[in-house]
Amino acid sequence: MLNIMSLKKKKVEGEASGPRRPKTTAAQIRLQKDLADMDKLPGTMTLSFPDPDDVFNFNLKISPDEGFYSGGSFLFTFKINTNYPHEPPKVMCTQKIYHPNIDLEGNVCLNILREDWKPVLNINSILVGLQYLFLEPNADDPLNKDAAEVLRSNRRAFEQNVFRSMRGGTVDGVVFADVQTRR
Amino acid sequence: MAPSINSQQRWRGVYRYLERTGPFANEGFEPGEKVKDFLHTIKVLVVGAGGLGCELLKDLALTGFTDIHVIDMDTIDISNLNRQFLFRAADLGKPKAEVAADFVMKRVPGCKITPYFGKIQDKDEEYYSQFTIIICGLDSVEARRWMNATVINMYDEDDPETLKPIIDGGTEGFKGQSRIILPHFTACYECSLDMQTKPTTYPMCTIANTPRLPEHCIEWASVLEWPRTFPDKKLDGDDPEHIKWLLDQASARARQYDITGVTYSLTQGVVKNIIPAIASTNAIVAASCATEAFKIATNCATYMSNYMMYVGEQGVYTYTFELQKKDDCPVCGAVAIKIDVPANSTLQDLIDLLMERKDIRLKAPSLRTGSGSLYMQAPRALRDATAPNLVKPLRELLEDGGEITVTDQALPISMNVTVRFSD
Repeated sequence: MLNIMSLKKKKVEGEASGPRRPKTTAAQIRLQKDLADMDKLPGTMTLSFPDPDDVFNFNLKISPDEGFYSGGSFLFTFKINTNYPHEPPKVMCTQKIYHPNIDLEGNVCLNILREDWKPVLNINSILVGLQYLFLEPNADDPLNKDAAEVLRSNRRAFEQNVFRSMRGGTVDGVVFADVQTRR
Repeated sequence: MAPSINSQQRWRGVYRYLERTGPFANEGFEPGEKVKDFLHTIKVLVVGAGGLGCELLKDLALTGFTDIHVIDMDTIDISNLNRQFLFRAADLGKPKAEVAADFVMKRVPGCKITPYFGKIQDKDEEYYSQFTIIICGLDSVEARRWMNATVINMYDEDDPETLKPIIDGGTEGFKGQSRIILPHFTACYECSLDMQTKPTTYPMCTIANTPRLPEHCIEWASVLEWPRTFPDKKLDGDDPEHIKWLLDQASARARQYDITGVTYSLTQGVVKNIIPAIASTNAIVAASCATEAFKIATNCATYMSNYMMYVGEQGVYTYTFELQKKDDCPVCGAVAIKIDVPANSTLQDLIDLLMERKDIRLKAPSLRTGSGSLYMQAPRALRDATAPNLVKPLRELLEDGGEITVTDQALPISMNVTVRFSD
């Protein structure tokens, strides 16, 4: 009976290894690997950790150096739950900004944050995706419909709206956050 | 347990497989009294007493397992009664595990079922290690991941008793699966995590701007409108008032876009990601799980290797194949070592010791415990925050016998280091 009981594992390391009791969850291990193996981030992105012991909650600042949004610094929060990487991180923009793919509440329309998320993707994939949103705002998948409409019909006007909004100005009666990079 | 005359009769059909050998018997099968006794003595655990759990308890009890434990955190709801056949209308509100145990014990004399009404997370390794086989009929990825990681971490290669086979059943509408996980020998649940179907989601911009389906309107209400209106209140899919609020919002939006089909039950279904349960899918998958448990326990036939998928949507289709272990699995791919160091040595000393090892050629290790960061190479903010730890003595950072998770680009996933103080 119970043939499997006689199974003996062929060990590679040779070292005696006892029972494993990590209180560390699979989600924690994956996140540790995601973060620690991250290549040096480009100068346009900075991560910060309110509590360095907590890798499930952190902030991202993106300061694009080209495109409509250069000169601004944009803040996001990452909230990750223990079901990572089965479930994607929840990412929100914490400022009111004028962007076709980010609404005034800070929701972000990025496919890999919802319908196209896969466990093989990682934190770095999301950083790349967010960075791209600022270089190439996408008028075809709008969350802020008005901004998308302007981008589609009049790039020059869109550029001016972005410029004004980033200085804490008003566009279509909405007051936006001042996001200019301070030196 | 000495079988009475009565139980000799009861298990007559089962004993036919155990009293003589045959062409399908697994290597090393020894027919006779011993294996019968073994079947009646070992403890098996059924995790979940819902749709699959009811079937499993019935099947296992009638297959000759007579010491069964069952754990479930739920109470009986009216919507369970169509398929969770151990429950009656009079049982509404009572704990599933207890009612199921009583029912099966009454129906199958000689079978002892010990219920636990509570969460799987309430129990520790000591509890789970009393069982020979663990059979899961769970309904969430989260619970399966927890169960899988717990049982796999219990394995100690020096003690074969710690190897607990998991048989995992799962159903989703007309589809289902059963699989066998032999911790550290075959693919574990985490190895195949990317195979999981994920809950249906719709692009944010579709739900925000171009709804076409009633589901889009419901998602709009739950994903965008709820947090906008109640920024500090968490949406609870089991709270009828919350569902009603979503229903009102979604209905108004549906009217605006000329969409029909937003109902209370659809709203609840979308929010809780409910997939209708099919009684016969549960029966088929549970039957497969119970059969495999019987084969593993008695060795009277070769057990499955290691994954059976069942599709009942168009006719009946099943396919059995061998899932491969993943080298970079965070649960079963982790290397485990023990290291003895003086409590006064610094974290940097420990890292140097690890990097000296020739069997694991670490390049730039990052170290964390279950609750905090010891030293992280990246991102920069974490490196800066943790660098001061490098010169601290280990006794300030962890306890004797404490465990550290090490990740490094040279490791497929991670290494688990148990640090013992040598002084």
